[in-house]
Amino acid sequence: MYLLHHVLEPNAGYRRLATWLEARPRLRRLFTATEKSVKQEIFGCRMCGQCTLPSTGYTCPMTCPKQLRNGPCGGVGADGCCEVYPEMRCVWVEAFERAESQGRPDDLLRLQLPIDHRLWGQSSWIRYWQGRDEGLWTDPASSRRGQ
Amino acid sequence: MTGEMVDARAGLPAPVKGDGEVGGGKGAPGGQAPRTGGPRVIPRVSTFRVALESGTFTVTAEIGPPRGADPGAIERKVAPLRDWVTAVNITDNQGASVRLANWAGSLAAMAAGVEPIMQLTCRDRNRIALQSDLLGASAMGIPNILVMTGDHPRFGDHADAKPVFDLDSVQLLWAARAMRDEGRLLSGRKLSPPPGWFLGAVENPSAPPARFRAARLGKKVAAGAQFVQTQYVFDAAAFGEWMAQVRDLGVHERCHILAGVGPISSLRALAHLERGVPGVQVPAGVARRLRGVPQDRVADEGIAICAETISELRRIPGVAGVHVMAVGAEHRVPVILRQAGLGPVLVTGRPGHAS
Repeated sequence: MYLLHHVLEPNAGYRRLATWLEARPRLRRLFTATEKSVKQEIFGCRMCGQCTLPSTGYTCPMTCPKQLRNGPCGGVGADGCCEVYPEMRCVWVEAFERAESQGRPDDLLRLQLPIDHRLWGQSSWIRYWQGRDEGLWTDPASSRRGQ
Repeated sequence: MTGEMVDARAGLPAPVKGDGEVGGGKGAPGGQAPRTGGPRVIPRVSTFRVALESGTFTVTAEIGPPRGADPGAIERKVAPLRDWVTAVNITDNQGASVRLANWAGSLAAMAAGVEPIMQLTCRDRNRIALQSDLLGASAMGIPNILVMTGDHPRFGDHADAKPVFDLDSVQLLWAARAMRDEGRLLSGRKLSPPPGWFLGAVENPSAPPARFRAARLGKKVAAGAQFVQTQYVFDAAAFGEWMAQVRDLGVHERCHILAGVGPISSLRALAHLERGVPGVQVPAGVARRLRGVPQDRVADEGIAICAETISELRRIPGVAGVHVMAVGAEHRVPVILRQAGLGPVLVTGRPGHAS
């Protein structure tokens, strides 16, 4: 999963592509539809338009019934399943396991800021490449003694 | 206990001038006498905070507002606890079922002479309503706020309701802290005067992912939590392990930790908890004890177990107090506390427990 991160990392080429796409509504819609089908297939993406996957162990927090972006609620079952949909594994149990196995548990200590609901349905890759996602989360909240 | 302070605030405070007038910048400086004209911040001394900061073992209890429009119901539940707890949590439509509003319950508790901790969930309100309620609470002198995500509507009496969850509990803590400490809303607009309350969060030490739970509390503290109340603890040893992780991270030095406890009052309640209240685990030993006594002794045994748990929790370093959740049996809280060796709260002098 983290490989994907490297593939999509912003660069000048992507930035130009994003700017070019933004100016062409029809192509942008086509691009957005492609992004949607790829991410829906892999992550169950809901198209919130503010993708946080790289900082949540590539687990989509918007698939949580409470859409919690900052960690699990207190109702996770002993078996690690969701309290609302017991047939589903808790998104955050999954996120923690993945982030930990990749040596990135501190990612989950980032404070994910409230999302902008105007962006639902829009391409987050275009935003990401243009550097507009930078305010989505903070540095990991220090949980160590003395901050 | 909270007598004078609460009485002073129980009556409706003089109206605070609107934003526009205050925004003029001609506001009187701090230190002016309360209840005179001009913008002012109502004194919001949290006795609960004072108790925690004094280092005394602090007890709070949970009060569920009624399903009805009778404010007297709160008073009847709160009155027997007045001398026994430092503050009472007023729940916010607990279990996603409609009850009298959290803010109204909090005002009723204040009128009855007990300091409220107003619970505020993210389930039913978007960021506009949440911030508005936070301002309202502060303006009316509610000194403590406990922020939580909230149960999903699916578990409540309106399972067909729209779940809001516009913010999550960490984002709401962060927003509330910015309102208070930086005097601004999420939108960036200035608040004048800014609100003031003692801010808390909840945590469930026993729910998966177990190795993340202490760090998650650290995250809530970083976002703004000054105290935390936990989900029910039935297994003090397991809680102690979590506390060791919390101490390891130094979180207990930045946040007062109250362990949640409660009596299991019947075999039906036990079966309900065992069958799966998400995030709650009853150890086999506790279940065995409750099933091992005659039917009419189960409630007393539940109280004894709860009292023993409190005594064990008191010995864990970093535990600042307990939060007793005996919803439906609030009147039995004093019995539990007495059995746990916790006397009444001193009426004069220190706000915490005497023993």
